[in-house]
Amino acid sequence: MAAYILRRVLWGVVLLVLVSLLTFVVFYVLPSADPAQLRAGRNADPATLAQIRANLGLDRPLTAQYWTFLTQALLHANLGYSYFSQASVGSLLVDRLPATISLTLGAIVIWVLVAVPLGVVSAVRRGTWVDKLTTGGALLGISVPVYWLGLVALYLFASDIGKFPLLPGAGSYVPLTDDPWKWLTSLILPWLVLASTFTAVYARLLRGNMIEVLSEDYVRTARAKGLSERRVVWRHALRAAVTPLVTLAGLDVGLLLGGAVLTETVFGIPGIGRLNYDAIVHADYPVIQGTVLLAAFFVIVANIVVDVAYAYLDPRVRTA
Amino acid sequence: MSDAAILRVEDLRVGFATPEGLVQAVDGVSWAVAPGRTLGIVGESGSGKTVAAMTAMGLTRGRRTRVSGRVLLDGEDLLSAPPERLRALRGDALAMVFQDPLSALHPLLRVGDQIAEAVRAHRAGVSRAAARARAVELLEHVAMPDAARRVDAYPHELSGGMRQRAMIAMALANEPRVLIADEPTTALDVTVQKQILELLRRLRDELGMAMVLITHDLGVVAETADEVAVMYAGRIVEQAPAAELFAAPQHPYTWGLLRSMPRLDAEAGAELVPIPGRPPSLIHPPSGCRFHPRCAYVRERHREVDPPLAPLAGAGAADTGHRVACLLSETERRAIWARLAQGAARRRSWPASSSSSSASRSRAACCCAGGSARWRRSTA
Repeated sequence: MAAYILRRVLWGVVLLVLVSLLTFVVFYVLPSADPAQLRAGRNADPATLAQIRANLGLDRPLTAQYWTFLTQALLHANLGYSYFSQASVGSLLVDRLPATISLTLGAIVIWVLVAVPLGVVSAVRRGTWVDKLTTGGALLGISVPVYWLGLVALYLFASDIGKFPLLPGAGSYVPLTDDPWKWLTSLILPWLVLASTFTAVYARLLRGNMIEVLSEDYVRTARAKGLSERRVVWRHALRAAVTPLVTLAGLDVGLLLGGAVLTETVFGIPGIGRLNYDAIVHADYPVIQGTVLLAAFFVIVANIVVDVAYAYLDPRVRTA
Repeated sequence: MSDAAILRVEDLRVGFATPEGLVQAVDGVSWAVAPGRTLGIVGESGSGKTVAAMTAMGLTRGRRTRVSGRVLLDGEDLLSAPPERLRALRGDALAMVFQDPLSALHPLLRVGDQIAEAVRAHRAGVSRAAARARAVELLEHVAMPDAARRVDAYPHELSGGMRQRAMIAMALANEPRVLIADEPTTALDVTVQKQILELLRRLRDELGMAMVLITHDLGVVAETADEVAVMYAGRIVEQAPAAELFAAPQHPYTWGLLRSMPRLDAEAGAELVPIPGRPPSLIHPPSGCRFHPRCAYVRERHREVDPPLAPLAGAGAADTGHRVACLLSETERRAIWARLAQGAARRRSWPASSSSSSASRSRAACCCAGGSARWRRSTA
């Protein structure tokens, strides 16, 4: 197992290098705003522009630029400096990460706590109003775009613009360490909005898996043993039905940690996604590279964690 | 003997409502089994043998299930028992072993835990450790090699025979009074089959259980059962003590089953004779005798009259418990079977050998015209 994990980690590093190269190429090959131009202002004279270009190192050959980035990143864990704010990319990421983690973890808790009971109950009570309500609601949740739902949530409940001003609105995020209560209340709306799609998807998937598993022979065996229906459903059936979803959930968490761009943008949460969005707007290449790499890093780590976790959840994988 | 029956099924009918209509899977079936005895229930897939047993366990209950009749466990009607009472009996007084132990065991739970769970489901006071110790004991009892280690194994880590032993250990967890074994050896190698059957017989004797053995394989029944009920299309078509059934089978379907069974004592070159056609629809069963579309001895009357399951009138002998649902006269049946048994070794196919009547010949021709590709071995 250790050798397997080591191999996966090494591959992960290779993958990150490839991702950085791709980001670099995409940024310079595809049309993008000129970072120097953006910084110099609309009517800058060529001399100023050249000066800025030289300051940012943009006048050097592309290969040299990439080489500098790569060696700095690999040897000194230095991801460069923002064209825009001059801050180091590493420190920007560290500053923004807590907000993204707060948003992601809260959303997971909500979606797991809601999706699992919904999926199980609608599978067990298939065809009843509970099931119809759940599957209908799930379809709605899957269909509705997050940014729209976010705006509706703000319109309805935000304390500044809402019809029912119950909760802090956009831009009210406060770090947990500053004020836990404000942190909590400011995140309730974003959590609910971000969790809604995932809840819908997972409830539906779990319902489908449960229906399949409930007709399995081993569920019949569990009943034949004289187990209570509750135990049959929540231990025997759910155990088998939820295992494949753990894989998916792990990957989704990895994706979200890389920044829930839409949710963070709608609610003005200073997270990784928002940082990435701003960096793209400002053609701030080093920050784009940093956020993309961070997202890739989380996805790779999530993949490894999921594979290892799966071996523990399903003994058949262990021996295979 | 039947007065001492512990489990008695009376006129059981089980139907499932489907969009195509009501599937009458079991249609008026009665049987009984006494402690220390084995009842073999034989029939093709879809003959209703499993559904009847599962209904006795309360495992077919559902919105689309229509059940009538009585299932008496020691005089207590299980069909009208509340779910909680039935749950308490399942796995305790009444246990079941299923066909394919790989799919019948939970793939993600250790076999020992699954057995211990069966113990604790009915013995609330038993600690985890005690239940585990009991699981090891049970595994030893069913001759699981290296039981102390295998208790922690997952089903996929065991061989087919070991899985079925674990399954049996689970069923025995609370020393049931009735054990229903549904095709317990079908998924296993032949050598393992024999071991499992021997194990079941030993356990039945040791625990004084009544056993219901459901199978499509007359060979299994011959080895294990005291009495046999042959089911076809949701009904019992013949019922007799095992020795009697094999010595003097009375129903054409039973003949078909016997003749499609490979035998080591048959002469070299003897052919297996399949039963033509396929099991009938249970939504629209054939008129008259349900077996008539596949019967080589069908007469015009058989298409209209539905034969009841009746004791043999014959030979002035005492009631052996042999019953059959067939419209042929007993003398006719005895004559046909004598000829079939004699000619079994000859290279003859079944319809051709029964040149007794023009009706049967035309019937046989009709079957063939229906497509010989559809012929299936009854044991398939």
